[in-house]
Amino acid sequence: MRMLKAPMLTAMALLGAVALAAPAARAAGDEIHLPATGFSSDGIFGTFDRASVQRGFQVYREVCASCHSMNLLSYRNLRDIGLTEEQVRAVAADVQVPDGPNDEGQMFERPGRPSDRFRRPFANAAAARAANNGALPPDLSVIAKAREGGPRYLHALLTGYADPPAGFVLGEGMHYNRYFPGHQIAMAPPLNPDQVEFADHTPATVDQMARDVALFLHWTAEPELEQRRQMGIKIVLFLGVLGVLVYGVKRRIWADLH
Amino acid sequence: MSIGLHNSEFKNPVIRWVDSRLPLFTMMQKEYGTFPTPRNFNYFWNFGALAIVSLMIMILTGVFLSMNYTAHTGYAFDSVERIMRDVNYGWLLRYVHANGASMFFIVVYIHIWRGMYYGSYKAPRELLWMLGVVIFLLMMATAFMGYVLPWGQMSFWGATVITNLFSAFPLVGGHIVTWLWGGFSVDNPTLNRFFSLHYLLPFVIAGVVFLHIAALHVTGSNNPLGIDPKGPQDTIPFHPYYTSKDSVGLMVYFIVFAVLVFFVPNMLGHADNYIPANPMVTPTHIVPEWYFLPYYAILRAVPDKLGGVLLMFGSIALLFVLPWLDGSPVRSMRFRPLSRIAFLLFTVNFFVLLYVGGKPAEEPFVTISRFSTAYYFAYFLVILPLLGRIERPLPLPESIARAVLPRGGGPIRMAATAKPMEKA
Ligand code: HEC
Ligand code: HEM
Repeated sequence: MRMLKAPMLTAMALLGAVALAAPAARAAGDEIHLPATGFSSDGIFGTFDRASVQRGFQVYREVCASCHSMNLLSYRNLRDIGLTEEQVRAVAADVQVPDGPNDEGQMFERPGRPSDRFRRPFANAAAARAANNGALPPDLSVIAKAREGGPRYLHALLTGYADPPAGFVLGEGMHYNRYFPGHQIAMAPPLNPDQVEFADHTPATVDQMARDVALFLHWTAEPELEQRRQMGIKIVLFLGVLGVLVYGVKRRIWADLH
Repeated sequence: MSIGLHNSEFKNPVIRWVDSRLPLFTMMQKEYGTFPTPRNFNYFWNFGALAIVSLMIMILTGVFLSMNYTAHTGYAFDSVERIMRDVNYGWLLRYVHANGASMFFIVVYIHIWRGMYYGSYKAPRELLWMLGVVIFLLMMATAFMGYVLPWGQMSFWGATVITNLFSAFPLVGGHIVTWLWGGFSVDNPTLNRFFSLHYLLPFVIAGVVFLHIAALHVTGSNNPLGIDPKGPQDTIPFHPYYTSKDSVGLMVYFIVFAVLVFFVPNMLGHADNYIPANPMVTPTHIVPEWYFLPYYAILRAVPDKLGGVLLMFGSIALLFVLPWLDGSPVRSMRFRPLSRIAFLLFTVNFFVLLYVGGKPAEEPFVTISRFSTAYYFAYFLVILPLLGRIERPLPLPESIARAVLPRGGGPIRMAATAKPMEKA
């Protein structure tokens, strides 16, 4: 039945066209091309390289956390990237978190617990601005989903500082960055060589730290990613097999018509 | 058989007991079991069933999402992320709901396209068609308000831009906008009412879908040839033939859906919506969801705000009167060589509108959007009415069976009510 195939193909073509048109439709403005950095989380079989994510967490904790909050994460979430129970407790206990009121009605501070949210560096946005020349360091919890290019963009941003080209007028307290939209960013280059010391002796180059923290931020934005993809592969395979069976049944049923 | 009971044909005593008092089983058997359906449907006839499945998926996931969602400007964004992180399979619920809206629109766009190509909007299915357009409008309203709920940057600014359109109306415009907002800007009252309406409207849609299908079961389905079934040799029972055929389409639908949800859940969304709403920062490009882009393009095609708004609403209003714009008695475009070309161009043009709708309002996109808008309206208001008069359609087949069966299905057994062949 040739007649039945043509509409099927047309329908598929329409579906495809929508899928292509939609993302293409949003790219606009002056194009900035990101370098094609590879990450362990790429592709449909990609996962988070635990060693790299853990190093990335260390970079976040020792460098970025002084300015950027991570409101959607709790210390307990760190178990998912392979920290042991003791390590999680130790990381949490390392900070003082506000709590209360106690029986006397007083607020107090206590060491953090795994159930606490990551401690925020500033009490509020105004305090954050005051400490950063008027600029607000965004919360980083979902930053990888909030920027086109995800971890690739984050790595490019962190390694993209350079001297401004001749004639480029840089604002007061601003820094030139090749990948930031508009090329002027209020964040000073946060990474310097050997700023952190990795326990696994990975050399702490700017590129390495940027890769690791970008992957860490990809994990914080999409902690379900590995489970999602594993489930997806099984479900699509299952549906494929079922689809073939259903098509076979349909053929059998229709066979007696003519 | 005592008086007052329905004479049920079911043997199972329990089913029989219920069916005699409330003939649901008899009705299902009649409408979905033996229902005589043209034997020549192609796979485009899957999309009505797929639309129903989409609606059910949206309602189901939506109800569970609502259990954990907080409709407050201070909490909405985080509550959605909490669903993704702390609710068991919450990420699945949310991604199915978000991508389900896209699937729903893909399916309904193809469903509408099918109706336009095969002339399903023509007599006697005009009311059926108009109910479909009502569904389409309700879907747009529902999807628009749903997109506001996660309270990201695009939620906020999309809501601001779209509600502001009403300010274009002279005199009352400003009041309408304030009334819609429940205040003087998009804020907490707006979010609250949008949530309430977003929960309500899908059930209204379900009601209209019921009417849509009730009307369908009065007129019966159209088919790719666009000619009426002449007798039993032209139809087959809905079950098992079309239940099995719809199942094939359903599998393809589920596979496409699964690929979106599990591998590229954010592909059809906009990254900016993962930035919490901020009334002080306007995103560089405010773009609506992809399924609104063609209408957004029409809106921006004219330099005048009121003109743009009227054109945009007009572009959908035209669908309501389509049955009366197209005067040709031939339904299927297969037999209308000129209209067929005009309509395929209309289809391509729709994608062009979709594309330019997502582009910034600058050249060459503005000029393209003007030409495309012109063609969109010309198709309905000039080309179709004109072709209805001057076009010479190809000869229509004698009957469905004659056209699709290898030996023509034997001699034509005329049904008692069959009308003479409508040849133009
Ligand atoms: C001294 C404070 C400070 C430190 C330390 C810091 N940042 Fe920032 N960051 C900022 C400020 C301020 C901004 C806002 C910049 C702007 O809007 O121009 C910012 C912006 C950003 C952005 C958003 C860029 C965009 O596309 O809008 C990212 C991503 C980011 N920082 C990542 C990091 C990472 C990763 C680290 C740790 C390696 C880090 N930052 C360390 C202050 C800091
Ligand atoms: C929630 C959305 C919708 C649902 C659930 C729905 C459902 C259905 C179903 C189940 C059928 C019968 C099966 C089929 O012919 O494919 C049908 C037929 C039809 N629908 Fe819809 N529909 C929806 C939206 C629309 C819209 C938006 C339009 C047009 C603007 C439309 C126009 C029609 C027409 C004209 C028919 C009869 C077609 C024929 O038999 O040729 N529908 N619909």
